[in-house]
Amino acid sequence: MIRLALREFRTEGIVGFALLIALGVLLLVTGIHVVNVNDAFQIACRKAHSCSSTPNPVLTVENPLQHALPLIAMVAPALIGIFIGAPLIAREVETGIFRLSWTQSVTLRRWLAVKLGVVGLASMVIGGLLMWMVDWWLSPIDAVNMNRFGLSSFGYHGVAPIGYAAFAFALGATAGALLRRTVPAMGATLAGFVGARLAVTYWIRPNFASPLYETVPLPINEGGVSFAPGATEAFSPPGVSVSNGWVYSTEAVNKAGHAPTAHYLLNACPAFFNQAPQPPPTGRKSTAGNTGVTLFNNCVDKLSRTIHTLVAYQPGSRFWPFQWAEMGVFLAAAVALCGLTYWWLRRQYA
Amino acid sequence: MTAVIEANGLGKRYGHKWALSECTLAIPDGKVVGLVGPNGAGKTTLLHLSVGLLQPSAGSISVLGGRPGTTATQLARVGFVAQDTPTRAGFSIADHLRFGRWMNPNFDAKLAEERIESLGLDLRQKAGKLSGGQRAQLALTLAMAKRPELLVLDEPVASLDPLARREFLQGVIAVVADSGTSVILSSHLVADLERVCDYLVVVVNSRVQVAGEIDELLASHHRLTGPRHERAALPRDQQLVNESHTDRQSTIVVRTNDPILDPAWTVEQLDLEDLVLAYMTGAAAQDRRPKLGVHS
Amino acid sequence: MIEFHLDARSGMAPYQQVVQQVRHALRLGLLVVGDQLPTVKEAATSLTINPNTVSKAYKELELLGLVAARPGIGIFVTATLSNDSLAAHGPLRQSLQRWVTQARRAGLDDESIDALYKECLRSSAAEDVA
Repeated sequence: MIRLALREFRTEGIVGFALLIALGVLLLVTGIHVVNVNDAFQIACRKAHSCSSTPNPVLTVENPLQHALPLIAMVAPALIGIFIGAPLIAREVETGIFRLSWTQSVTLRRWLAVKLGVVGLASMVIGGLLMWMVDWWLSPIDAVNMNRFGLSSFGYHGVAPIGYAAFAFALGATAGALLRRTVPAMGATLAGFVGARLAVTYWIRPNFASPLYETVPLPINEGGVSFAPGATEAFSPPGVSVSNGWVYSTEAVNKAGHAPTAHYLLNACPAFFNQAPQPPPTGRKSTAGNTGVTLFNNCVDKLSRTIHTLVAYQPGSRFWPFQWAEMGVFLAAAVALCGLTYWWLRRQYA
Repeated sequence: MTAVIEANGLGKRYGHKWALSECTLAIPDGKVVGLVGPNGAGKTTLLHLSVGLLQPSAGSISVLGGRPGTTATQLARVGFVAQDTPTRAGFSIADHLRFGRWMNPNFDAKLAEERIESLGLDLRQKAGKLSGGQRAQLALTLAMAKRPELLVLDEPVASLDPLARREFLQGVIAVVADSGTSVILSSHLVADLERVCDYLVVVVNSRVQVAGEIDELLASHHRLTGPRHERAALPRDQQLVNESHTDRQSTIVVRTNDPILDPAWTVEQLDLEDLVLAYMTGAAAQDRRPKLGVHS
Repeated sequence: MIEFHLDARSGMAPYQQVVQQVRHALRLGLLVVGDQLPTVKEAATSLTINPNTVSKAYKELELLGLVAARPGIGIFVTATLSNDSLAAHGPLRQSLQRWVTQARRAGLDDESIDALYKECLRSSAAEDVA
């Protein structure tokens, strides 16, 4: 039965691994260049003791892969679901071949278990290898940016992508079993996968652990604080970055932990907030005129005595626990879907 | 007598519609059973229930003493060829035989290869490129190489030309002659069944109308023609199958084991096609009728 | 080896047709003592009929004492139907052939020839009785 599952998977498997190898070769060749650029820079900046002040040229390598790879990494599990998962059962039912497959000396349970197991495992291997290659290529750049825990980049690092691949595959198989036609199953898989990824990223992942909080002073004369004069609600402190961490939010709060009221802001900087609406100054020297900028800087200076930035974040040390948790969520969902598929097929056919 | 297929009040429902209802059968083993009835009557439903591709909504069915489709052993004892003989278009004939070997521990690969060779088929040929008759032969080979005790064939020759049809039936006969395998095959062509089958089950409007040995059925059914009679005039041990009247004449088909003594009737024997037609028209005309028993 | 054929419209049950064809072959001398009949499988597949039908026919022939089964080997003819084989009646056959040709030339079709012949048979039997 295992041999049969592999034989039936032959076409997709060959295509999948061929694409993987082709991409791998491309990444290897270009990635080595990136590594070399980084290594050269590291050697030079250490000699000149300028590592933290000089920008790393890997950031400007300008290889289109730098932008394409994150996209490929997002899309790959969905492709696995669509082209490997969806046809798995849908094709059997659509072509009527299930009447041959499920009347041999193999029970439906065993047939399904082996099919899902073998092909699911292959999907996870393909997904995992792809992610590993992407991660390797991007690692010099990631080391500089220190944003692997960010909302989107989290999805193509670590082990979570293995969970995505397994889930997409299981979703495809289930859609195929329920919808009984390959093309609608493909569509449903795409929609379901995107939906699930969004849902987990925005609603579930943030709750894996409670965030940590820290207060940071408002920056003066450094810009980044933005107001819209006349609209006192739009008072946003600059973004704060935590190295390799994940910032949930930054907000301006007073000593009691509350956001400043419109009333307070008006009282603090009457001259600034009573101006006619202007394009919001960035705090840097702008062509809008010196009076606007001076008023702005004076206001920020005054506010920063009582107002601070409150940062909600996950520290970089929690990256790996979060990765395992995310992978766990998707693997559990994959297993649940397999159970659903089995239950449904039993009810319908055997 | 051991029953090869035994059904009790078997029924299958889709939503509100019953595809098969109140089916009670006890088909003895060692027979070639013909399952006949119009399209959509419930033949395929009955066959799918007997191989485990469907679950009953009501009643029960047991095949070779076991519940269909439940265990690997049960599945191994029954060979099935579905309507339109599905095969994997991308697989070659050799691939299909390998598939048979991998999925069936009892698979007789040598028998299968010999049969394919004697049919003049090329092992490397892709199944998608075969003609309808060749695909049917491939499907039959896969089913019989399992060495099953029962072969279930769903309209295997419906879309085949006469030569392919004959060759397929010859294949089935050869299996029966060699191993005494029980066979149940469905068709809406009675002529095919008449030569090959020795047991008949007629399904019309989702119900089993009659079932029994063909010799016995032919001996016990008669066509009576005579002057116009009312229905009530029939003796009680004669079961009415079908009736038609003109203003002067009545023609009825009855089932009885007793001689027909009323001199007003002209009695004729029926051939199998007439018998099946009588049940098909009779079922369309009548409402609920007493369940016809099973004769072994 | 004898080859069977089936007439679907003859009104005679298939197994009876097989019996009759064996008897006919015996009469014509196409089958003699010691000849082997086709196996049940061979006969059933070539006729495309149920093997039980062939078995039934062979059993009846066995009961009539015309054939016998040798287990593991096959079914063999053990007796002929009459001591005078039809083949011995050469002159009779020739005169009958001539009569048939004459009847045809006179414009009789097969059905009329058959009716004429049957009537003669009947009346001669009646004369014998009388």
